[in-house]
Amino acid sequence: MADEVKLPADSFEPLDKSKHLDSEKIAAPNLTFMQDAWRRLKKNKSAIIAMIILIIFFVLAFGSAFFSPHNPNAVNPQLANLPPKWPGVNINGLNGTLVQAGSRVNAYQAAGAGAGVHYWLGTDYLGRDMLSRILFGTRISLTVAIVATAVDLLIGVTFGLFSGWKGGWVDNFMQRVIEIIMSIPTLVVVVLLILILKPGMSSITLAIAFSSWTTMARLIRAQTLELKEQEYVLAAKTLGESSIKIAFKHLLPNLSSIIIIQTMFTIPSAIFFEAFLSFVGIGISAPQASLGTLLNDGQKNFQFLPYQMWYPAIVLSVIMIAFNIFADGLRDAFDPQTKG
Amino acid sequence: MAKYLVKRIFYLLLTLFIVITVTFFLMKLLPGTPLQNQQKLSPSQQHLILKQYGLTKPVWQQYLIYVGGVFQGNFGTSFQFSDQPVSYLISSRIGPSLLLGIQAMIIGVIPGILVGALGAIKKNTWVDTTTTIVSILGISIPSFVLAVLLQYFVGLKLQWFPIADWGGFSYTVLPTIALAASPFADTARFTRTEMVDVLNSDYIELARAKGLSKWGVIYHHALRNSLIPVVTIMGPLAVNIMTGSMVIENIFSIPGIGEQFVKSILTNDYPTIMAVTIVYSVMLMVVLLITDIVYGIIDPRIRISGKSN
Repeated sequence: MADEVKLPADSFEPLDKSKHLDSEKIAAPNLTFMQDAWRRLKKNKSAIIAMIILIIFFVLAFGSAFFSPHNPNAVNPQLANLPPKWPGVNINGLNGTLVQAGSRVNAYQAAGAGAGVHYWLGTDYLGRDMLSRILFGTRISLTVAIVATAVDLLIGVTFGLFSGWKGGWVDNFMQRVIEIIMSIPTLVVVVLLILILKPGMSSITLAIAFSSWTTMARLIRAQTLELKEQEYVLAAKTLGESSIKIAFKHLLPNLSSIIIIQTMFTIPSAIFFEAFLSFVGIGISAPQASLGTLLNDGQKNFQFLPYQMWYPAIVLSVIMIAFNIFADGLRDAFDPQTKG
Repeated sequence: MAKYLVKRIFYLLLTLFIVITVTFFLMKLLPGTPLQNQQKLSPSQQHLILKQYGLTKPVWQQYLIYVGGVFQGNFGTSFQFSDQPVSYLISSRIGPSLLLGIQAMIIGVIPGILVGALGAIKKNTWVDTTTTIVSILGISIPSFVLAVLLQYFVGLKLQWFPIADWGGFSYTVLPTIALAASPFADTARFTRTEMVDVLNSDYIELARAKGLSKWGVIYHHALRNSLIPVVTIMGPLAVNIMTGSMVIENIFSIPGIGEQFVKSILTNDYPTIMAVTIVYSVMLMVVLLITDIVYGIIDPRIRISGKSN
């Protein structure tokens, strides 16, 4: 047994409490869900670059409605098929010359264009300014994609929420409906819908929306099934909240990350479908243009005038790449646990 | 398994029936007849032509005749090519489409798996970065953009392969590459994700601890286990290829179903549109069914639990 140690009371000295008052304090500000995601997104350099590229394209495409270098629909047969010409630049491909029958000729002189006339990206077969047409086409492509995605979102989220929340035979039936729709190739559905609605901007938008909501609906349903077992939903039910209010106040906020991520993946696929259909010839009809129709026009004589195909192809590809990289970044930011 | 199969086939037939019904009535809603130069024909001539196509009967009779015909492989007569049965039109064109599709699947999926696995093994090195960039490009760049680029550079400038048309093997090279890009990118990405997961698991740790060689671990344990989920994306990949084939066949003027489908759409050839819709749906459903069965066979966990969900 050890000796008992006796300590006098004055061998202890009380600490100054006031010094440690904030040891439990959380110094960093509380982050909301969005702020937290943004903090993670900022660290992802490629996603930020993609976002900036997208913003630039959006501003240019929608801004061009107000300040376009030329009227995208103004036909000028005399100045048809002119190659790109940048004032003061003398690099083949950007100086207004073309290779014709083996020799390089100045297309602008040949067409009798004035000295001050120059088209940054050349003109098409009707003498319309390519740059204006591409901006105009990008605007239509983006509009179609975004409106289609919004409709898709509305249908998909409503269907998924309802199916998951109701459960039972309703859910079972609604899932069978989705399975049937999913076993028809999307493109075939789109084509059938367009045939019925007549080709045009609104029908293509609706067709894309109606055929692509199933993925969203399935994701939302799966998550709703999980969420409705949560205690806070039970509490809300016990307190007598109506189903609609629970959906808006409790389920939707918790589904928001899935919705945002899925939306960002739907937009590029809608852009793809629109370009695809317009390229094939059943999408946007003349005189309107989209990236798909421009590419189709350019492809017709790309042996001789390849620049008419390059620029729409580049713009379409860059937009698609930027959207996909940005969507990947958003997924990592909103949902760090998902693999990807 | 047998019970599951029966159930699946029942659903497949039900879906097929719904597809046939919906397309039939949708097509009935559309204006347009097989008559050409309608103004020049007398009413009795018009009636004769319509009768030849079976369009004078009431709609419900036409429907029953059509459904009965479809199950015997008879899709009616084409509006565009008079006197040509649609079934002949399709069967004579399915060869090139299938050939391209299968080639694209093979040269897309196998390299995709290898590249994806390599990316996962060399995670966070330049190899991984390169494969990630390649797969993002493959997913993002639409197949028809790639097709025209290939046509321009490889076909026109380098003259390695024919620009278009259909002949021997060399004619299939460019369209196959254009079609295979998206399945390649999808598989590479998916395999990489799965493989990264598998490489972090305990059984890989155990295999290493047992003293297996690095490549032994990768081949016997990591790759095999990451391939199981890869089977599930075969369905979506087949859809990608079908979608792509419509426009790729057009660009390269290949006499396949996709090219015919686009032509029929542009000329309002309804019997052919319906038939191609049904053929595409059947192909997709069969691919989905096969992948589900294969998945059940190769994944012991599903095999044992009997896939009852």
